[in-house]
Amino acid sequence: MADKMRAKPGDLATIGKSPTGIRGLDEVTQGGLPQGRPTLLCGSAGCGKTLFGMTFLYNGAVECNEPGVFIAFEEQPEDLIKNVGTLKYDIEKLIAEKKFAIDHIEIERTKIAESGEYDLEGLFIRLAFAIDSISAKRVVVDTIETLFSGLENEQLLRSELRRLFEWLKAKGVTAIITGERGEGTLTRYGLEEYIADCVILLDNRLHDQLSTRRLRVIKYRGSAHGTNEYPFIIDEHGITVMPITSSGLAHEASTERVPSGIPDLDQMLEGKGYYKGSSILVSGMAGSGKSIVAAHFVDATCASGHRCIYFAMEESPHQIIRNMRSIGIDLQKWVDKKLLRFCARRPSLLGLETHLATMYRDVADFEPAAVVIDPISALLSAGMTGDVHSMVLRLADFLKGRGVTALFTNLGIVSGENATTEIQISSLIDVWLSLYNRESNGEHNRQLYLLKSRGMAHSNQVREFIMSSQGIKLRAAYVGPEGVLSGSARLAQEAKEKAAALVREQDMERRSRELERKRRETMAQIEILQAQLASEETEAALLRREGTAREDQLRADRVSMGVSRQTAAGLDKRAPKPSDKPKK
Amino acid sequence: MTEYNGYSLRLYVAGQTPKSIAAIANLKKICEQYLTGQYEIEIIDLMKEPALAVRHQIVAIPTLIRQLPEPLKRIIGDLSNTEKVLVGLDIRPN
Repeated sequence: MADKMRAKPGDLATIGKSPTGIRGLDEVTQGGLPQGRPTLLCGSAGCGKTLFGMTFLYNGAVECNEPGVFIAFEEQPEDLIKNVGTLKYDIEKLIAEKKFAIDHIEIERTKIAESGEYDLEGLFIRLAFAIDSISAKRVVVDTIETLFSGLENEQLLRSELRRLFEWLKAKGVTAIITGERGEGTLTRYGLEEYIADCVILLDNRLHDQLSTRRLRVIKYRGSAHGTNEYPFIIDEHGITVMPITSSGLAHEASTERVPSGIPDLDQMLEGKGYYKGSSILVSGMAGSGKSIVAAHFVDATCASGHRCIYFAMEESPHQIIRNMRSIGIDLQKWVDKKLLRFCARRPSLLGLETHLATMYRDVADFEPAAVVIDPISALLSAGMTGDVHSMVLRLADFLKGRGVTALFTNLGIVSGENATTEIQISSLIDVWLSLYNRESNGEHNRQLYLLKSRGMAHSNQVREFIMSSQGIKLRAAYVGPEGVLSGSARLAQEAKEKAAALVREQDMERRSRELERKRRETMAQIEILQAQLASEETEAALLRREGTAREDQLRADRVSMGVSRQTAAGLDKRAPKPSDKPKK
Repeated sequence: MTEYNGYSLRLYVAGQTPKSIAAIANLKKICEQYLTGQYEIEIIDLMKEPALAVRHQIVAIPTLIRQLPEPLKRIIGDLSNTEKVLVGLDIRPN
C-alpha cells in the first residue's frame, strides 16, 4: 500500500506491537502484531491458524499478562483446550485465573429460519461481555467466515463484519481474525478488504510428497517487516518460524580457536585447531573416515565442557556411538552428561525448509558451541541441488551468526584441480578437509589433505590417515628421493632406509674403532720416543758432569804442579786446595 | 398439535432499536392472530443480560426461540415475513 512506511526506531511515533511469543515471528514483524489493531491470518485448512491464535493468546496471558478471548466458530472449547494440551498449554488454569476466555459460537443454517431484517448485535454483545469479564487485551476470532455459511444475507454480513473490525479497533484490543484461503483471493469471502493493517498468510505446500509450512507477512501498515516466505514448523514445542535468509554477512569473526580433536590435525592448523564459529567441511568417499573426524571434533568440544549437537542424517545415534567406541571415542558419556545431543532425522522425513527450521529450533534450544551435520549431502534426497545450496547457505549463516562452529561432512569425490561439492557449498566453507583413498601397490590408503583453511597458515601436506583403536593418527607421508609414498610402500621404504642406516652405522663404528686403534699406536710411539728422549737427556747430563770433574782434576793437577815448582823456588808460599777456585 | 401449556416463546433483543421494536410488534400480532390464548412471550434485553447471549447461543438480533413445544426452534429477523415465522414456529394457519 501507498501509506506503508518504514519504521525508524527512535524516530517519530511508531505503532505499538504485541509480541506473539511465537519464536521467529516477532523477529520477522520486528516486535509482534500491531497493538490494538486487527490482523488477518489466512491460510487453507490445516495450516495451523487455530493453533497460531491459541499460541498468541496463551503467550499473551502467560508472558505479557494480557488476558485473551478466543471466539471459536468451528471448534468446541473442550476440543480447543485438549488440542493445545499436547503443547503443555494449561488453558483451564488460565481460565480459572481469569486470563483466558473461550466463547463458542454455533451457527447452524438448518436450525435457523430467517424472517425480516436482523443484525449481529448478539455477536458484539458476546464479544464485549467476554472482553469485559477478564479485561482482555487480545482477541482471536476463528473463523468468522463460518457466518457466511450459516446465514443467508451476505450483504448484511459484510456490513456487519466491517462494523465488527471497526468496533474491535475502537475497543483497543489486539485481534487476530482468521480466514480460509480462497480461489485467487487471500480469503474466501474477501476479509482482506476490511482488515488492512496486517495480513499474514500461512501456507502448506507439497513438493515431492514432502510438505513444508511457510509463513509470509503480506502487509504490515506502519512497520517494516520481513517480506520473504519463512518456513515454520508445528510440533510438540508449538510454532517456530525460522526467519533465516542469506542476508547475514555481518557476523563477527572470532579469533578464538577450538581443537579439532585430532592433535596431528591441529598441528596442521598452526597447532591450534579451527577458528571458533567457522564452517568446516569434511568431504570424502564412502569409508574415508568423515564421521570419525566429526566424532573427534564432538569429543573435543564436549571434553572442553561445551555443548554440541550431532545432526545424524544416515545413522542412528546408537549406531554412531557403537561405531565410535571402536576407535576409542566414548560419545555416550557426553550424552549422559547432557553435553551432546543427537538429532537423528532421515532427510526424506521432512522437506528441506522444515529440516532447516527444525535445526534452527534445536540450536536455539540447546545453545551448542558446535554442531555436526553428518552428512550434509544426504539432504539432496529432500530437495533439488539449488534448494539444498540455499538451505545450507542459510544454515551456515545462522550458525556463524551465533558463533557456533559447524562441521559438515559431505559424501563425494574431490579431485584436486577443480574441487567442488555437489551442493556447491565449497565457497562458503572456511576449512575444507579432503579425505580420500588412494590406490597404490594393491592397497587403498586413507589420506587427508587440508584443501583450504581461511585465515591461517596451514600445512599444505598430504598426510596419511591412520585409524586405530586410539583414534586417528596422521602420519607425515614419506617424502624422499623415491617420491611421496604412503601405506606399506611407505613402510617398505622406511624399512629399507632403516637397513641402510644400520649398515652406515656399522661402517661408521668400524672406522672409528680403526681410528682409535691408530691413535693408541701413535700414543704408544710417543711414549717410547719420550722415554728415549729422557734417557738421552740423562746421558747428556752425566757427560756434562764428567766433563766438569775432569776439568777440575786438570786444574788441580796444574796447581799442584805449580806448587811443586814454587816449592823449588820459594818454600813460603802455600799451595791452594784442588777444589778451590783460584782465589787471588 | 398444541401442547397443554401452549407456546412458550422468547424474544431476544438489544435495547430499543427499530428492529427490536418491530420484532416485538410483529410477534405480538402473529401470536394474537394464530395462537390466541395459547402463548406466552418473554422478552429478554441482552444489553441488560449479556451472559444470556452466551448461554443461549444468540448471534443475530432479534432472535426468536420457541422453547415449547419441543424441539427448540429459532427464527432471526424482525419477523416481518409472517409466513416464514409461521413455518419457523411450525404453526399451521387454519
